Amino acid sequence: MTYTLEGRTGTWEIVCGLEVHAQVISKAKLFSGAATAFGAAPNTQVSFVDAAFPGMLPVINRECVAQAIRTGLGLNAQINLWSRFDRKNYFYADLPAGYQISQYQHPIVGKGEIVIDLADGTTRTIGITRLHLEQDAGKSLHDQHPTKSYIDLNRAGVALMEIVSEPDIRSPEEAGAYLAKLRQILRYLGTCDGNMEEGSLRADVNVSVRRPGEMYRTRCEVKNVNSIRFVMQAIEAEARRQIEVWESGGEVQQETRLFDPNRGVTRPMRSKEHAHDYRYFPDPDLLPLELDPAWIAELKAHLPELPDAKAARFQRDYGLSAYDARVLVAEQATADYYEAVARGRDPKQAANWVMGDLFAALNRSGRSIADPPVPAASLGRLLDLIADDTISGRIAKQVFEEMVETGADPVAIVEARGLRQVTDTGAIDAAVAQVLAAHADKVAEYKSGKDKLFGFFVGQVMKAMAGKGNPALVNEALKRALS
Amino acid sequence: MSLDAETVRRIAALARIRVKEEEVARLQGELNHILAWIEQLAEVDTDGVEPLPGAMRMKLKMREDVVTEGDLHEAILANAPDRADNALGSFFAVPKVVE
Amino acid sequence: MTAPTDLTIAEARAALAAKRISARELAEAHLAAIERLKDLNAYITVTAERALADAAAADARIARGEARPLEGIPLAIKDLFCTEGIRTTAASRILGTFVPPYESTVSARLWAAGAVCLGKTNLDEFAMGSSNTTSAFGNVVNPWRRRGENRDLVPGGSSGGSAAAVAARLCLGATATDTGGSIRQPAAFTGTVGIKPTYGRCSRWGIVAFASSLDQAGPIARTVRDAAILLREMSGHDPKDSTSADVPVPDFEAAVGLGVKGLRIGVPKEYRLDGMAPEIEALWRQGIAWLKDAGATIHDISLPHTRYALPTYYIVAPAEASSNLARYDGVRYGLRVDEGGDLDDLYEATRGAGFGAEVRRRILIGTYVLSAGYYDAYYLKAQRVRALIQRDFDEAFRSVDAILTPATPSSAFAIGEKQDDPVTMYLNDVFTVPANLAGLPGISVPAGLDAAGLPLGLQVLGRAFDEETVFRVAAAIEAAAAFDALPQVRAA
Ligand SMILES: [Mg+2]
Ligand SMILES: [Zn+2]
Repeated sequence: MTYTLEGRTGTWEIVCGLEVHAQVISKAKLFSGAATAFGAAPNTQVSFVDAAFPGMLPVINRECVAQAIRTGLGLNAQINLWSRFDRKNYFYADLPAGYQISQYQHPIVGKGEIVIDLADGTTRTIGITRLHLEQDAGKSLHDQHPTKSYIDLNRAGVALMEIVSEPDIRSPEEAGAYLAKLRQILRYLGTCDGNMEEGSLRADVNVSVRRPGEMYRTRCEVKNVNSIRFVMQAIEAEARRQIEVWESGGEVQQETRLFDPNRGVTRPMRSKEHAHDYRYFPDPDLLPLELDPAWIAELKAHLPELPDAKAARFQRDYGLSAYDARVLVAEQATADYYEAVARGRDPKQAANWVMGDLFAALNRSGRSIADPPVPAASLGRLLDLIADDTISGRIAKQVFEEMVETGADPVAIVEARGLRQVTDTGAIDAAVAQVLAAHADKVAEYKSGKDKLFGFFVGQVMKAMAGKGNPALVNEALKRALS
Repeated sequence: MSLDAETVRRIAALARIRVKEEEVARLQGELNHILAWIEQLAEVDTDGVEPLPGAMRMKLKMREDVVTEGDLHEAILANAPDRADNALGSFFAVPKVVE
Repeated sequence: MTAPTDLTIAEARAALAAKRISARELAEAHLAAIERLKDLNAYITVTAERALADAAAADARIARGEARPLEGIPLAIKDLFCTEGIRTTAASRILGTFVPPYESTVSARLWAAGAVCLGKTNLDEFAMGSSNTTSAFGNVVNPWRRRGENRDLVPGGSSGGSAAAVAARLCLGATATDTGGSIRQPAAFTGTVGIKPTYGRCSRWGIVAFASSLDQAGPIARTVRDAAILLREMSGHDPKDSTSADVPVPDFEAAVGLGVKGLRIGVPKEYRLDGMAPEIEALWRQGIAWLKDAGATIHDISLPHTRYALPTYYIVAPAEASSNLARYDGVRYGLRVDEGGDLDDLYEATRGAGFGAEVRRRILIGTYVLSAGYYDAYYLKAQRVRALIQRDFDEAFRSVDAILTPATPSSAFAIGEKQDDPVTMYLNDVFTVPANLAGLPGISVPAGLDAAGLPLGLQVLGRAFDEETVFRVAAAIEAAAAFDALPQVRAA
């Protein structure tokens, strides 16, 4: 089903492409030895290169190149053995050199693709046009002084991967799914932490609208949208604005806009008013970037298993449903946790415990899967206790709660609390006899045909045994005694 | 190709160099004179010639991913025409920018 | 005994080692000469205290027997090299009172070799010029005079301050940079030796950039041997410059005096310009004869795209400069002109006031040739012609070991001459620019005087990273020419 918007004069489709700026995980910047850590005091992670002092020169960071290659490989994209850095020239307060070193004509990564997962369980393939390496700019603070902007260059020169999609996206949902999937892949690869609040992942959204069956109309770029939700809102808001322009007889002007999440509208960017002429040309301070195929092969060999492959394997090897597999691979840490629990055990039971009890515990405690209140090994031992009949499933829930609270090992809890399941048939028979004797009236009712009372007897026996009776043996003993 | 007064103004604006109105005509003449001289390149047959951006015939070397610079903010800001300090730290200051 | 300021570096080195002179005496003699001849305006900044401190340290090392290759040798640094704690101007108003918190790799190497810092020499603003008349600190005066005339002549440019200081005995040697001839042309105009090494031989780190793909540092000195001594210390791979070559640095001094027997010397017919001064032509023929006499063989060669080198250069260099000079924006260092407007007003006012006429002109040309719609016709076209120029040299160096040409089309001219038309001024570099475009080493060596008594230079070009052959040929010319004329204005 094609997503459409209804205007006053008919139906419209959305055409959308995303340009995502992903901050590369590296210790030092793309062309300098300054640190990249988030949250440092202003201008304390700035080298003379980053601040564009006279005579300073760029030297490329190998790890940033490796990260771009890994990402390209993760997007099934073509890795270009020859690429080049160009200068993009423009003046801005947070761009110290007056140019950004970027890749224009010859990016390091060419065409690739991302398979996105939609809510209805279907998937779609979105094309990747290219990925290139470039420098981040600094940060301008406009709220520190009534008439001045303050410039912090800590971010200036940090490596970014600009990942450009084809205009294949047709709805806000697809845009959200694309961004979510891209972020997931980057996090799996360890090439970008995907933290949108800290600005590690920023999206520029290109939006146009068209009548069904038309080619493309003029697009606008909505810059720097900083959450998946806002991306989806911005696309719809911008599409609705453009529909209004077209329907009232106007013409959409190609321009750069900003999304105001408070008002849910986009507005033109004032500082980008005059037409840009970036005067790209090859950076004469750098030579072309030539990659050794052996290096690419080595990086490829060490690539982690990516979410789609992992989900397929979980379905195949563990017999999980597509939905469960997708939930469990959402984060690398979740998948790792799950596999640690599932390995050598009942994989479906493991999935139920992780997605049920563990997720609930994470929610309640506000902790992440990377720092879980119950380590995977402990949960595994708990499942082992169920499997070898040491405790029942019900007692296990109780033990798990205590594990969450105290962090104690399940075996220790079972021993300390004497929760070990009773499998001694003598003890069970005794308890059965005692319960039946105490409820002679109910026994009579049962025998006269009130079958439903069997559950009552089970409950009473378990209660008498403080919940520790092996349920199967209790059932058997009762059936025998009542027959 | 010769450039008109409007192009001179546009180029000067792109380069962020203030050119007084009374200078435009003279600059236009100078630039056109230089460009006319440069245009003799048009007569060179360069079909099929790969552009050469630089004369260095070596491979690009890469640095290791190591932080080699510590906190340099005092040195970085030492020459600043307008330095601002507040509770957050130290900054370069410029006239307020509206985005 | 020779005056301390008249010593060559090789002689001073020997005198210091033999304790016939102290580094302090050398430094003091030069500081006094600089003071006496300050009307030449060769220096923008004189670092007297630093010089004396360096000299004291050098004397102490010599006394301990720990002298390094340039221990106690007083040098001047072109004010395009950033020097830690010493104001660096690029001869521009836009750098304001900028004091670099770092030292350029080349100057750092010289200090590490024991050299004494006398100060920073004048130049054309941002190294853009061939007359040293575009400096915001005033023009430099050539220590040479035309016979029977007292008019001030230009020292050439952009390294005019370094060349004039070396010629007038205000230092034993100086650093310089050459983007289109800025070492070789002033050396020719002042009767000194200047070598632009292969692109990538000297680190560009810490040198204020003009045109990154062409800029190369090199020395100016009074003899070929001195130039070889200095270049060896200035050269070497620098991991901070991605265009610095990771190749061994030979002992250039050892090449001086190897002779030219068996070397094949190319003479390119395209360097014979219409209307070239007959004296230049004659000098060139003389040079050919000297080399032949010394045992080299002479070969006519063709460098067919020579005449397109200058127009190519005047696209490539301004294009790169327009981008390299964007950082001078009044925000982080240097001049700021704030008239209370917005940020763009600040940029425009600062850059409008901070850059001189020639720099402005080149930034505008460079901006234009890179701008939308013109990039292919100008910039890309120039890069293709550049490839052809390099190809010409590759071809030529298959059959010859070095190329001999005149260094400049004329001798030094008077201040004000050739100034009305930028293109006429640009023609000064017609013989030097091709080597920058191709990245090849080139040296200018004084070979004679013109009719007015002004020095003329011959240029030797070599293969990439074959400065040794260039030094061999230059030394042979130097020996044959026995150039011993002295500038009218000089120390001692
Ligand atoms: Mg973009
Ligand atoms: Zn970008």
